[in-house]
This record gives sequence, C-alpha cells and structure tokens, in this order.
Amino acid sequence: MDRKVVVPGDLLSEDAKRSGEGTYVKNGSVYSLLYGLANFRDKINVIPLAGKYVPGPGDNVIGVVKDITFSNWIVDINSPYDGLLHISEFPKRIESDEMSKHLRIGSSIMTRVADVDPTMKVELTLNDKKLGEIKAGQVIEISHTRVPRLIGKGGSMISMLKKEVNCNIFVGQNGRIWIHGGAEDMDLALKTITLIEREAHTNGLTDRIVDFLKAEKGARS
Amino acid sequence: MDETDISFFKDGLRLDGRRADQLRPVKIEVGVLARADGSCYIEMGGNKVIAAVYGPREVHPRHLQEATRAIVRYRYNMASFSVEERKRPGPDRRSHELSKVSREALEPVIMTSFFPRSVIDVFVEVLQADAGTRTAGINAAAVALADAGIPMKSMISSCAAGKVADTIVLDPMKEEDNFGQADLPIAMTPNGDITLLQMDGSLTPDEFHRAVEMAMNGARDIYELQRLALVKKYSQMVELPGREEVHVCD
Repeated sequence: MDRKVVVPGDLLSEDAKRSGEGTYVKNGSVYSLLYGLANFRDKINVIPLAGKYVPGPGDNVIGVVKDITFSNWIVDINSPYDGLLHISEFPKRIESDEMSKHLRIGSSIMTRVADVDPTMKVELTLNDKKLGEIKAGQVIEISHTRVPRLIGKGGSMISMLKKEVNCNIFVGQNGRIWIHGGAEDMDLALKTITLIEREAHTNGLTDRIVDFLKAEKGARS
Repeated sequence: MDETDISFFKDGLRLDGRRADQLRPVKIEVGVLARADGSCYIEMGGNKVIAAVYGPREVHPRHLQEATRAIVRYRYNMASFSVEERKRPGPDRRSHELSKVSREALEPVIMTSFFPRSVIDVFVEVLQADAGTRTAGINAAAVALADAGIPMKSMISSCAAGKVADTIVLDPMKEEDNFGQADLPIAMTPNGDITLLQMDGSLTPDEFHRAVEMAMNGARDIYELQRLALVKKYSQMVELPGREEVHVCD
C-alpha cells in the first residue's frame, strides 16, 4: 500500500475523481486538507493524526450523562458537540420526572447517533439491544482517529480481539471503548488496545497483534 | 530616520553576518505541549515563540458562536520578560492589532464550515522578542493548527522584509527594525496567495515590489521548514516502535 505523510495543501493527484476523505479539489487537482497519512488507492484518503470527533449518523459512541432537562439527557460524547438523548429514545416508556431514576448524571451509556442536523444538534438513541447503560467493566479512551484501525477491515481486528481475549468489547467511534470480562482478560485487552493505538499507522498490524497475543498468553500459562 | 550613525553593513554583510536576502536561523518543534490539541515552538533568530491550539470546542461566551461555521480566536501576547525593558503585562493596543491581523492571516485557509457553532482557539506567547514576532507567531500558529488536526486548504508561512541604509533586506532583526527605514511583514500560502501585508516606514513603488518579492521568497523557505518539522514529528512517532521506513513526500 502506497502511503505518504502529507501536510495541508499538498498536491495529491491531478485527477479530481480520486478525491476522497480529508482532501479537496481545486482547479481539477486533489489537495490534502489535513496533516496526516495519505492512502493512495482508487480514491486518495488522508487519515489525520489528531483531531476532534465530529458525530455522524449511525455512529456507535460511548457517552456520559452530564445534565438532565425536561425531556432530554445531555450527554458528553467526547466531541465539541453534546449529544441529546430524548426520553422517547429510551427503550421503555418513562415519565419526565423519573428520568434521573433510569440515567443519572455521571452514568455512562453505550449509545448511537440517530441524527445530526446542519446546526450540529446531535440526537442519540438507546433503541437497540446492543445499547444501554454501562454497569460493569471498564471504559478506556483512545484517539478517535485510531478507531478505524482498531476495528480493522470489515471488523477483522476487533472480532479477532474479542475472540482471543475472551472479552466483550464495544467500540465507540468517539474513541471510547468498553471492555468487559475477567480481570486478567481485561488487562490483556487493555494492553493490546494501547498497542494498536500506538502502532495504528504501521502496516501488517493485525498479524503482529496475533503474535503479540500468542506471546502474552504463552507467558501467562 | 536617515541620519542614523549606525552602519548596517560591513563588507557587504549585515551586522549579524547575513547577506541582504538571508533568513535568520529557524528552529521548529511540533507538539511541545501535552495539554493542548496542537502546539508548536519556533525560534527565528532571537525570537522565541510558542503557539497552542485548542479545539474545535464549545464557544464560551455563547453569544459569539456562529450557526454555520467555527469562529477563530487568536491571542497574541508578549511575556513581560520578552523585551529588554520589562513590558507591562496584559493586552495593549499593539497586541490587539497583531491578534486581529494574525487571525485574519490564518482564517482564510481554515475550513471553518466543517465545525458549526464551535471555536478554534489559538494562543501565541512571545517568550523572547527580536523583531518579527508577528511573523514567528503566525508560522508557529499554522504548524500548531496542522498538529491539532484542523482541516486547512494549505499552510500559511510568514516573513518580513525591510529597508535599511537604502537597501532592501530580508527578515530584519532588532537593530534593523528599530533604526531602519521600513518594515514589511507578509503572510501567504505556499502558492503565493497573500493573507497579510503590512508596512510601516516608506518605500518607493519599485522598492515595495522588490521587498514583497523578497519576503515571499523568505516565506517559501519557511514553508519548507514548517513541513519538514511536521514530517519529522511523524517519523519520530513511528520510530518509537522501531519499524518500517516512512515515505516522505518530496
């Protein structure tokens, strides 16, 4: 795979059709918008090395309730924009004055972005059996720019990880990750995820992670 | 100020040994502050400047926010110990002006429309001043913005030209700035779109064109150093695990 470090304004291609994420087109040529790594495939994508998470519809995220209003929970989703979880998006019907009985300020939730409007009002939902309040396990935070690598192509990395470390893992697009399992398994999962975050920009990472897990497990038994 | 008794040239070289079209030594470091989203430390000759970028983040106070785009705030500040005579701390007329023109130098390349209702804060602290702190500040701020992962159409580089003893010189230092005849700082994108142009003193139209041309060449050199600093930061990040070679864009 052809990859290159680029800075904003670098010329990437003369073919406007190859413009992908993190790029823009001017006078028929493709330029980089970001400081990061450019991937040259059919489309050219630039993956940033840093940056804030901007919510998009359908993203799974982990949030923390920071306020309760008449009919909404206001949720910090590790982004410049707060999430709004409306009372009607709670899995069961509840009364407005009982909201804090179900989700209190400080509660962590696995949730999904239902919709984002042009003024960046972020609507969240809990209407899926995968989603809900976090009551056990631990949540860690990595840079959201590393999340695609943690998930892998078509989920290859994350499904391998779940199987190998024998943990339940929920990856939020906002860089927060929930892990639940035995104490030792969680430690291993944590170590592995930190390793993936640190080496996210290297090639052949999945294979190396498999080796790493094998070695760690060998050391344990 | 023509009747200065200082001679600015000795054997065709300037007081610090530079040619007329030579920059002072530049050092750029990226990501020097752990708490900021992006940061940069720059030395341009005797100037020492640090820039920090925060955001995009929520706007406080609320009434400043814009429904369709991010706002950019830029604070240029000189440390009280940055100059020979202690500077009274806090914003003054000069730093207000510099904050404004520097912000306007950077804003055209920042994709503010990607982040409605948010703010991108840029803080520039001058630790040591030696003429040309606004250009150093803009250079540092541009690198810090890139480091923060903020989408931009291009980088911004900044450099000044001046006139001393009837000669156009690049990147004037303190003596030349204080006793010279003109100072002309510019900021621009690498392909030559100028986003800041100021001048004090006086130049003939011909001198003006030559000074702008010279400052633009200086800014192009600085652009190369800015991108080198960013590329270097990445390679250091990769080297830590100790693997694979990095392909560096030419």
